[in-house]
Amino acid sequence: MSVAALPSEGAGRAGLRLSLILLLAPALLWLGLLIILPHIQLLALSLKVKLGPRLYETGLTNYTEFFAESIYWSTLIRTAFISIAATALTLLIAFPVAYYIAKMIRGRRKNLLFVLALLPFWVSELIRTLGWIIILRETGLISLGLQWLGLIDQPVELLGNDAAILVGLVYTSMLFMVVPLVTVLDSLDDTLVEAGYDLGGNGFAVLREIIIPHAMPGIVAGCIIVFMLTLGNILTPALLGGKNSLWFTDQIFQKFIVRFNWEQGAAFGFLLLIVSSLVVWIGLKITRQSLASTMT
Amino acid sequence: MRNELLRTAAVSAVLVATMAVFSAAQAAELRLLTWSGYAPDDVVAQFEAETGIDVEVTFSNNEEMISKLRATRGAGFDLAQPSQDRIEGPQVEFEIYKPIDLSQIDTSLFIPSLLEATKGNTTVDGQVYGVPHVWGTSGLVVDRANAGDVADYGDLCNGSHAGKVSMRLKRPVLIGFAFSMGMDPFAAYSDPAEYEQILNKVAESLIACKADVKAFWEGGDQLISSISTGEVTAAMAWDTGGWKLNNENPDVTFVAPSSGALGWVDSFVLPARGENDEAAYKWINFVMQPEIAAKITGAAGNFTASQGADAFVSDTLKAQFNDSFPQEAIDNINWYPPVPAGLEDLEGRVLDRIRASG
Repeated sequence: MSVAALPSEGAGRAGLRLSLILLLAPALLWLGLLIILPHIQLLALSLKVKLGPRLYETGLTNYTEFFAESIYWSTLIRTAFISIAATALTLLIAFPVAYYIAKMIRGRRKNLLFVLALLPFWVSELIRTLGWIIILRETGLISLGLQWLGLIDQPVELLGNDAAILVGLVYTSMLFMVVPLVTVLDSLDDTLVEAGYDLGGNGFAVLREIIIPHAMPGIVAGCIIVFMLTLGNILTPALLGGKNSLWFTDQIFQKFIVRFNWEQGAAFGFLLLIVSSLVVWIGLKITRQSLASTMT
Repeated sequence: MRNELLRTAAVSAVLVATMAVFSAAQAAELRLLTWSGYAPDDVVAQFEAETGIDVEVTFSNNEEMISKLRATRGAGFDLAQPSQDRIEGPQVEFEIYKPIDLSQIDTSLFIPSLLEATKGNTTVDGQVYGVPHVWGTSGLVVDRANAGDVADYGDLCNGSHAGKVSMRLKRPVLIGFAFSMGMDPFAAYSDPAEYEQILNKVAESLIACKADVKAFWEGGDQLISSISTGEVTAAMAWDTGGWKLNNENPDVTFVAPSSGALGWVDSFVLPARGENDEAAYKWINFVMQPEIAAKITGAAGNFTASQGADAFVSDTLKAQFNDSFPQEAIDNINWYPPVPAGLEDLEGRVLDRIRASG
């Protein structure tokens, strides 16, 4: 009896396992072929040192050169800092917007506002950035407007500085902060806020003790997404930053495409990956969140 | 069982048929990697009508062409058009081209001096890898009403046009400024140590000049818009950009710098794993016919290596050319010699330094 039952049970379990493997296969293939495999290849490439035409040896020269040449590491630090600043600024602007959408209004107007926040993303990032160029350039909207009002008598150039880059980056990443914040604030029970006021808390205390702790997973998720997008952005800094735009992704692009130096470019890519993982890890530690809690 | 066999047979038959159709389509296709303007729609249409070969055009630039071909080890395209000075180095380093069979090309269509010079510059191990197509120069585009005193690259940095000058932060700017400072970078190509010294001197003066630079331009359209709005009055740029602007504003034109315009020749090469050499040779022989070459000159704004094509070029462009290039300016052109492998690493480091300064 038991002897006859065993094989069939085994077959059932094998069938289950097979269907599980089949279910997971697309995700695993995606991970393996498009993320892990290229990264292994990139790592191998970054350890190749060019001695001459078609002559390579294995070594760490590509990495040591990064630390020896101040341009490279200072660009990476600068990129990381501006990205953090852009993320903070995005959060500051997006939080009131998200709170208003989630808590202050209801029904059709809520949907309308949400769509309005989404609207700029119906055009490509390139077009949006070119729009900013039209606004900020010397012969652009702001410069001409100020002259027309008589506030300035010379055209002003607003492009080609870090502020222009920040404006572009914040504008580009707004939506990715608003959406997680709205989701998480939607789930906040209004009675909790009321109770906070009933117990004598002022607006600031309620914000600090009730709203922000509740919204923390959304804040962290939004910050991670915005930080990653900003750090990896290449278009906005290049177009709005002009001659002073130093962005690390641009350095990587230059190494790969313009200088034909794939080995160094691969090393730079890895360093960028390490820095971004590090910043996210530190951010999670400070806010005492885990990746799992921010994703639910 | 029989059903399954039948099904398998049917599926494989369909597969084979699809593959046959696919490869047949591929055989009658020319995948061309070129610069914008070098394959105008009317020329492509005429070629397709005459030969029955479909042309798939991809626009690019020197660095991108080499990078693309390097990524695939020379596959994906049947004909490419890098400049003649960018053939020897990449071939030595990455083996991305294959030799040209000159017997397949009607050499009588070419201007003999240009053909010989290009053959010489693109010879690796005794085999020719390139033939010339379009030539032109880099120099200065100047708004003569506002920056009439700019006659050489160095004048961009004399301080009197601060905030109104532009250049492209690539290798031509280093070479142009080296000539303008009285050095000969081409003579130092073979001596990396000396070349590095020249680059360092150029970098020093460009870093000092950076405050005067409005922007480092990336694409031709960007430069044209900043000059036509008056934001930039003098720039280092390609001749054709200056002539395009001249059509709208007669004050703006291309000026050959007193230390010599930098002459380039974009050429034809066969990618190492190109699949349709026959179509590639047909295209070369087709576009080098004088009438067709003149059409390309009309679209790209630069003259070609086609013998006798000048007769078909518009009078406006000819007048603009003669205005920018008196005979002594033509004799003064510094033609790019082949870039030795490895030299671009040196230049890259210097360009990074300039970009990061200030």
